[in-house]
Amino acid sequence: MARLVVLGGGVSGHTAATFAAKWLGSAHEVVVVTPNSKWNWIPSNIWVGVGQMSKEDVTFDLAPVYAKAGIIYHQAKALGIHPEGNETSDKPYVVVESTIDGEDGKIENIEYDYLINATGPKLNFAATPGLGDANGLGEFTVSVCTADHAVHANEELEKTIVKMKNGERQKFLIGTGHGLCTCQGAAFEYIFNIEHELNKAGVRDMADIKWISNESFLGDFGVGGLHMKSMGFAVSSKIFAESLFTERNVDWIIGAHVNKVEKGKVHYELLSGEMGEEEFDFSMLIPPFAGVGLKAIAKDGTDITATLFAPNGFLKVDANYAAGAYENWKASDWPKTYQNPTYGNIFACGIAFAPPHPISKPMSSPNGTPINPTPPRTGMPSGIIGKAVAHSICDRITKGENAPLHEASMADMGAACVASAGKGLFDGTAAAMTIYPVVPDFDKYPGTGRDTDYTFGEIGLAGHWIKHILHHLFIWKAKLKFGWTLIPE
Amino acid sequence: MSKKVESNIKAYGNNFTTMTPGPLAIAMRTCKIWQLIRFVVINIKMIIVVNKSH
Repeated sequence: MARLVVLGGGVSGHTAATFAAKWLGSAHEVVVVTPNSKWNWIPSNIWVGVGQMSKEDVTFDLAPVYAKAGIIYHQAKALGIHPEGNETSDKPYVVVESTIDGEDGKIENIEYDYLINATGPKLNFAATPGLGDANGLGEFTVSVCTADHAVHANEELEKTIVKMKNGERQKFLIGTGHGLCTCQGAAFEYIFNIEHELNKAGVRDMADIKWISNESFLGDFGVGGLHMKSMGFAVSSKIFAESLFTERNVDWIIGAHVNKVEKGKVHYELLSGEMGEEEFDFSMLIPPFAGVGLKAIAKDGTDITATLFAPNGFLKVDANYAAGAYENWKASDWPKTYQNPTYGNIFACGIAFAPPHPISKPMSSPNGTPINPTPPRTGMPSGIIGKAVAHSICDRITKGENAPLHEASMADMGAACVASAGKGLFDGTAAAMTIYPVVPDFDKYPGTGRDTDYTFGEIGLAGHWIKHILHHLFIWKAKLKFGWTLIPE
Repeated sequence: MSKKVESNIKAYGNNFTTMTPGPLAIAMRTCKIWQLIRFVVINIKMIIVVNKSH
């Protein structure tokens, strides 16, 4: 009997674990280690953050789902990987610490034959003074990164609406809280959902809404932007985004590294090197992501964290980390199998794998401050990668150590993305987009880097309907309800 | 409607060079019949991309 241990129960880890359990059956063990007791459909946190959904609408208990799937579930956070075992055993294992109330701090070793690191990111609020600290979100801004954060964000939003109804003008500042953030899409959704809700509350004319982000142009979204066919033109996402911002009367600051947050004010540095300040009454700034800080220890007790992990804390996989300057970047730099090059029984998926480099062109201010989006590895790609990794491991377990690995390169993969711009059955809108491939391949598709036959976007009510349907569809799938395997990642 | 959106443009500001939607474009975004058609079209396009990606 072989044992697969999956660290993390988010979109990628949950997908990998549930498919592995289905494919392996009871002949082998699948173990999930995740510090959370609930699964969260993160894309819908946006709607929790504006009071249109509750925390219960976007989360569910993991334990009964894993019990049904025959998955062994540890509510714990992983601390370290011992890929060579220890002095008394050659069996590799992970060290985990319980997060169950009443068992806090209880340490346990879990042996594995195969390991998937799908821990997702550490929300690195501490990277920007005032945005937060090592314990998480600070007191001056809000966040929609977790369901609890989103509940808090809505409570603060409600207070501003009351103030505006009492005649007090409010300034909203939404975007990214550091020069190296990703997930601009979540902030994009939140700013337009706030705008939509303020309209519904009849206080839009009392609000000044501004976007601040590390993108060098609006519509970069961490993927270097995209070109979409529209009215016979290949139109840049810059045009698409600027048009929406203008229509909704939302101003913007781009190419910005937020370097300090105070009560009611952010300080930032622009790509031009210029320093600035922006005041706010309500602010949601996405934090930068880092690895969760797993340690790796060799058999003799030596710290080999730098062997397994990149400096940002994400797990090294079969990517080309020596590509160097932007001019040298190739689509083939991106990993295909997500296997660790040193330990062949360790894989990573979702945000936890170390990308070879950004997708957007790297930029820095004259002061040397890097200001560019880091690459997204969320949503549809993270699910597809999780499934491919699970498939590879299941094949190795059932067919032998030399079974070929399955591939899922982001340079050969597209993504469908629906970004809400306001919730409502008949007055909601969302930007529905597809992008193919996610990582541009300028050799295969000279100019735009992508196939414009499969890259498109439009905003409208239909997009909102799709996002709402996807909310229910993916929660249905994650709960492993009837027909769940038929729903694509 | 058109004038309202155009009034959001600030002369020589960030959005002075952007493309702004007119009243028809904005109305069509929430026109239920048109959006039902777009719902079908977008779903087909997404399914094609999803199939190409697996």
